[in-house]
Amino acid sequence: MEGDDETSGPMIDEIYANGGDDGNRNRRPISSGDQLDIEAYASLYTGRTKIARLLFIADHCEKNSTMELEALRMAYDEIKKGENTQLLREVVQKIDGRLGPNYGMDAAWCSTVDRRAEQRKEKLENELNAYKTNLIKESIRMGYNDFGDFYYAHGQLGDAFKNYVRTRDYCTTSKHIIHMCMSAILVSIEMGQFTHVTSYVSKAEQTPEALDQITGAKLRCAAGLANLEAKKYKLAARKFLETAPELGSNYNDVIAPQDVATYGGLCALATFDRAELKNKVIDNHVFRNFLELVPEVRELINDFYSSHYASCLEYLGNLKTNLLLDIHLHDHVETLYDQIRHKALIQYTHPFVSVDLRMMANAFKTTIAGLEKELEALITDNQIQARIDSHNKILYARHADQRNATFQRVLESGREFDRDVRSMLLRSNLIKHDYNLKTSRKL
Amino acid sequence: MDPLEQLVAQIVGLSDTDIPRLLGILKASDDLLRADWTRLSSVLSQLDPFKHSLGFLYILEASTAGPTTKEQAETVVPIITSFIDACAAEQIRSIPDKFISLCKRFKDQVVLLETPIRGVAPMLAALKKLQTSTEHLTPLHPEFLMLCLLAKCYKTGLSILEDDIFEVDQPKDLFLYCYYGGMICIGQKHFQKALELLHIVVTAPMSTMNAIAVEAYKKYILVSLIRHGQFSTSLPKYASSTAQRNLKSFCQPYIELANTYGTGKIEGLETYVQSNAETFESDNNFGLVKQVVSSNYKRNIQRLTQTYLTLSLQDIANTVKLNGPKEAEMHVLQMIQDGEIYATINQKDGMVRFLEDPEQYKTCEMIEHIDSSIQRIMALSKKLTVMDERISCDQAYLSKVGRERPRYDMDDFDTVPTKFTI
Repeated sequence: MEGDDETSGPMIDEIYANGGDDGNRNRRPISSGDQLDIEAYASLYTGRTKIARLLFIADHCEKNSTMELEALRMAYDEIKKGENTQLLREVVQKIDGRLGPNYGMDAAWCSTVDRRAEQRKEKLENELNAYKTNLIKESIRMGYNDFGDFYYAHGQLGDAFKNYVRTRDYCTTSKHIIHMCMSAILVSIEMGQFTHVTSYVSKAEQTPEALDQITGAKLRCAAGLANLEAKKYKLAARKFLETAPELGSNYNDVIAPQDVATYGGLCALATFDRAELKNKVIDNHVFRNFLELVPEVRELINDFYSSHYASCLEYLGNLKTNLLLDIHLHDHVETLYDQIRHKALIQYTHPFVSVDLRMMANAFKTTIAGLEKELEALITDNQIQARIDSHNKILYARHADQRNATFQRVLESGREFDRDVRSMLLRSNLIKHDYNLKTSRKL
Repeated sequence: MDPLEQLVAQIVGLSDTDIPRLLGILKASDDLLRADWTRLSSVLSQLDPFKHSLGFLYILEASTAGPTTKEQAETVVPIITSFIDACAAEQIRSIPDKFISLCKRFKDQVVLLETPIRGVAPMLAALKKLQTSTEHLTPLHPEFLMLCLLAKCYKTGLSILEDDIFEVDQPKDLFLYCYYGGMICIGQKHFQKALELLHIVVTAPMSTMNAIAVEAYKKYILVSLIRHGQFSTSLPKYASSTAQRNLKSFCQPYIELANTYGTGKIEGLETYVQSNAETFESDNNFGLVKQVVSSNYKRNIQRLTQTYLTLSLQDIANTVKLNGPKEAEMHVLQMIQDGEIYATINQKDGMVRFLEDPEQYKTCEMIEHIDSSIQRIMALSKKLTVMDERISCDQAYLSKVGRERPRYDMDDFDTVPTKFTI
């Protein structure tokens, strides 16, 4: 396992270097068929998202207590580096003494941190009040911003958001506005308020000054995440695909480049048609940089495009357990997988006049009965124009008879017209009758 | 001379020569007839129902004015029957109100005797004599259809329903006509026609809610489920605002039934029907509700034909939730017989083979059918144009439009105001 990582690490490094980034990226791909390596996974992220992701993993791998404890242990260590005492209490409660005395409740630490926080808050308040009396815009902005940072560090996200947004009135340059938007987006993502994310992304994009590459990439990611959460997978895919490789590790308090590849790749696979998949994903030089980070996703997209469905689905199956532990993708894995599978089935049947269900079931690694059910649903949805010969287990494509359909439609609309006109005449007569009655009464 | 005898003499004298004058005399002698109604039946024998239709009608009408017992009805019914058969259409049309009230009384008596079937044929004859054209809806139409319903003579009723009607004397006649007509069509399983008739009731212009429309709407929901397998709660925008606003609240159980039907789950539908059986029964719609339930099976089988070329009876039974292949076979067989699906059953291995619609639209009959449809539609649209022109020249309409738009502008008359969306 370890050896694998050694070899794959530099390789990615090398390829990634072509993308033009030069940060410290000696990382391994997170997604593999094996059990998630939490340490490696966590090292992709910094800041609160790291803790949030670790806790998410701990909450969602009930079956695997070693993994859960590992995640909790790392979360504990990470929290200790910060100042969020509330979170520590929660984690300690979750650990419940299972990790030995070292990971118990550290009351001394808590009280020191709390006391320091109290002092700092007081200081900030005094400073802010002083700025306010002096009416120096920039200082007031800084004051609110510091407050936002302070609350964010202590896990009071709502207050942090409020304070960041308050700086808006005191922003004088585009840079300030962008800074405000980025902070607001960061907090909103953590709060799960993705409507805020969308609005602040568009606000940031509207600033007159051109955005630098990294900020642009960050905004794309944020917008992608917001669309993903709103189940607008196609838009999400577009946003992720537009993300510039300069993103690198700059935004790993929210998202790692590996995630961009996974999210973008899966969303694109689920929603794009073949031409779009080819143009925007496979031939996309920019996005390729991301895909190289997660070879599995790259491979499965290529497999899908070249119709190796079995291997594509196998990759997907391997990835699934880990994706289910992803804080953002978790809710959408099933939907995306279903959509990808449906698209694969539709693509498979498309070129044929008749398909042997046995062979098809083989290609999709499923049973004939299961395949029949899936096909039935797709046919009922009118996504596949075909009919199943359940006796001989063959799927026959069905070509609509234009002539007959036209005749049917013509007769039907004739009938409708006939009916409508008749009832219309009748109604107009009734109205006329009613109307005449009224006038005669008046006269 | 006795005034009554004098009247009879005048009837005999004037019937051939001067109908309008006779009508005047008869109208004037209404009181006399009412006062002397006990002697009237003897007078009738002096008149000939064909030659002296008008006088006969007056005297007969007056003689039946009082409340009737069963025995009296027994004697009067044959007299009215023979009069309706014999009377001259031109004479009775000069005073339709009397004739209509006579016929209505006749209907009451037949119903009182609990032999509605005796009234069906005379009522049809009466209706034919009274109506000026087949497009004319007389007040006798609903009476006739009601008798048909009571006597279960649905086929006779259908013969009248085939005529398109455009001219209506009283809106209430139309409501009843369409409602009863719808019920007759339901009885004969002409669901499409029934739907059309009930649709007319529901969308007819009305300023206040009426019970006929509510009952019609309930049946409309059910028939729509049977025929189309779906029901949309939104009424077309030409329906009166009264109907749009109020109908739904009167028919809540039915709307919920439609929603349950829409989910396509037979168990849910059956439990819903069972828990609301009383409501449906008290509305006398339970039979239709049962048909709705069984149509759900059909709908599901029909859906299978879209998906499968062959399917075993066992699989059909499983998907549609029937008890075993035997029942599935019965359903499929019935549907093939009714022409609802095209399929063959292979009993040897229990497979059903679904076929495409064999209609190729190549036969002479089909061409003729299409041609006749075209002719019919052309005639209809001609009628529509005529109607449009007539309305735009109608004095009452123009004065109303003029009043609503005080600024007298020639452009005002070019377009039909939005208020009159029909």
